[in-house]
Amino acid sequence: MTAPGCPAPDVVVDRLCLEFDGKPLFQNLSLRLAGGRTTCLLGPSGCGKSTLLKLIAGAATLPYTGRITFAPQPEKSRIVAWMGQNDLLLPWLSLVENVLLGARLRHEVTDALRDQALHLIDEAGLSGYEQALPSALSGGMRQRGALLRTLMEKRPVLLMDEPFSALDALTRIRLQDLAARLTHGSTLVLVTHDPLEALRMGDCIVVLAGSPVQPVHRIEPGGRTPRRADDPAIATHYGPLLSLLTNGAGL
Amino acid sequence: MKILRPLILAGGLLLLWQLLVVLTGVPPYILPGPLPVAKALIGHLPLLGLHLATTLTEILAGLVLGTFLGTSTALAMIVSPLLKRWMLPILVISQAIPVFALAPVLVLWFGYGMASKIAMAVLIIFFPVTASFYAGMQRTDPDLLDLARIMGARPLAVLRTIVIPSALPAFASGVRVATAVAPIGAVVGEWVGSSAGLGFYMLHANARMQIDLMFAALTLLAAVSLLLYFSIDRLLDRLIYWQPNQGIAP
Repeated sequence: MTAPGCPAPDVVVDRLCLEFDGKPLFQNLSLRLAGGRTTCLLGPSGCGKSTLLKLIAGAATLPYTGRITFAPQPEKSRIVAWMGQNDLLLPWLSLVENVLLGARLRHEVTDALRDQALHLIDEAGLSGYEQALPSALSGGMRQRGALLRTLMEKRPVLLMDEPFSALDALTRIRLQDLAARLTHGSTLVLVTHDPLEALRMGDCIVVLAGSPVQPVHRIEPGGRTPRRADDPAIATHYGPLLSLLTNGAGL
Repeated sequence: MKILRPLILAGGLLLLWQLLVVLTGVPPYILPGPLPVAKALIGHLPLLGLHLATTLTEILAGLVLGTFLGTSTALAMIVSPLLKRWMLPILVISQAIPVFALAPVLVLWFGYGMASKIAMAVLIIFFPVTASFYAGMQRTDPDLLDLARIMGARPLAVLRTIVIPSALPAFASGVRVATAVAPIGAVVGEWVGSSAGLGFYMLHANARMQIDLMFAALTLLAAVSLLLYFSIDRLLDRLIYWQPNQGIAP
């Protein structure tokens, strides 16, 4: 679900520099993440993937230099939606109220929006749980709720920080399929540790490594996403990617 | 079993009390048994009821006022960092002064009536409520605040929808402590100077060697304090419906 009438822009990171405790995390990091496509950022823990995502989201108040822009620059001021590793559902709100959280926090909830939220909940296979509190939902259902909350923001750029990493393998695959279907047409930046997830979901896979971190490898497997587990592109790229991560990228 | 447990517990405690009296042979003017105390309680119920009404009013007024002041202060500190920098040292200093030592001053300032006892209860309640609510709000998950910022949330909506509900379990702990200590504030205030209330009645009975009456007042105070505690505990469990059974209610 993209923003209506708003083309999904590229995300342009230009000569980004950031230090942590006097140690450079990013030094002249430049990246261009294609609009309307899914880019997976793959790399070892602590390399700065999540920080990069927060900087793109504009949430981190860190003293960085360089520029993070969107091309073309969308007219609307709110461009980005973000989903983290934890579902961050508010335990005191029902599922539908959680899905509508953004609108609620901006005082924009309308009946039409509520209908859309209910429709999305139905589409995600959660009908019957609209009024349930998060504590009554399984891990997979909660993460689906978090995905719907992200989609309800209707932003052209979606940032997801290891959104499925806490789930079991089967639930993860189902959620990847659902996310790929519902985010089609948006600029999706997905941070992950899992090469298989990157190969299933990514139109483009960027491997980040080093200190300060830099993109060390870029793969565009081709074909439609989400790729099936027996897709030849996965078989072709999985081995080399794993070798690169274990040997070259210090995973 | 849930209903029976408190009854069995109360019965056991009464039995223990009686055993203590019988086994030690302590005279009734030191420790009367449960039966003479029950007789005194029933015999003087109208008078005890009047004094209880005074003490209960002081406790409830202290709780309401203290909780209101505590939550307001915590909210003001979370909204204004400047106010926080000035208020935090005052809060800490206020705890360094033994509140009971202030009782004579409060009686001097607010008189022998209810006002000085309410002030005492407010003073004793204020810190646990403020500290717990403020700490709860401060501990709001930073990822939630980032999420709200990315969503373009309005600050007041974040406070109402995310920060305050996040702090409610901690706030409830503070209110539970406040409920437990509020009767102490009221009774100590009554001991220092008053003309009504269970604290006053206990001193009065003690001076006239009516120890059974003193124990009757004490039993009534304990029973009402327990009832108040468990009622507030239940109320808080209802309020924090997503995280029930945080207290110690059976």
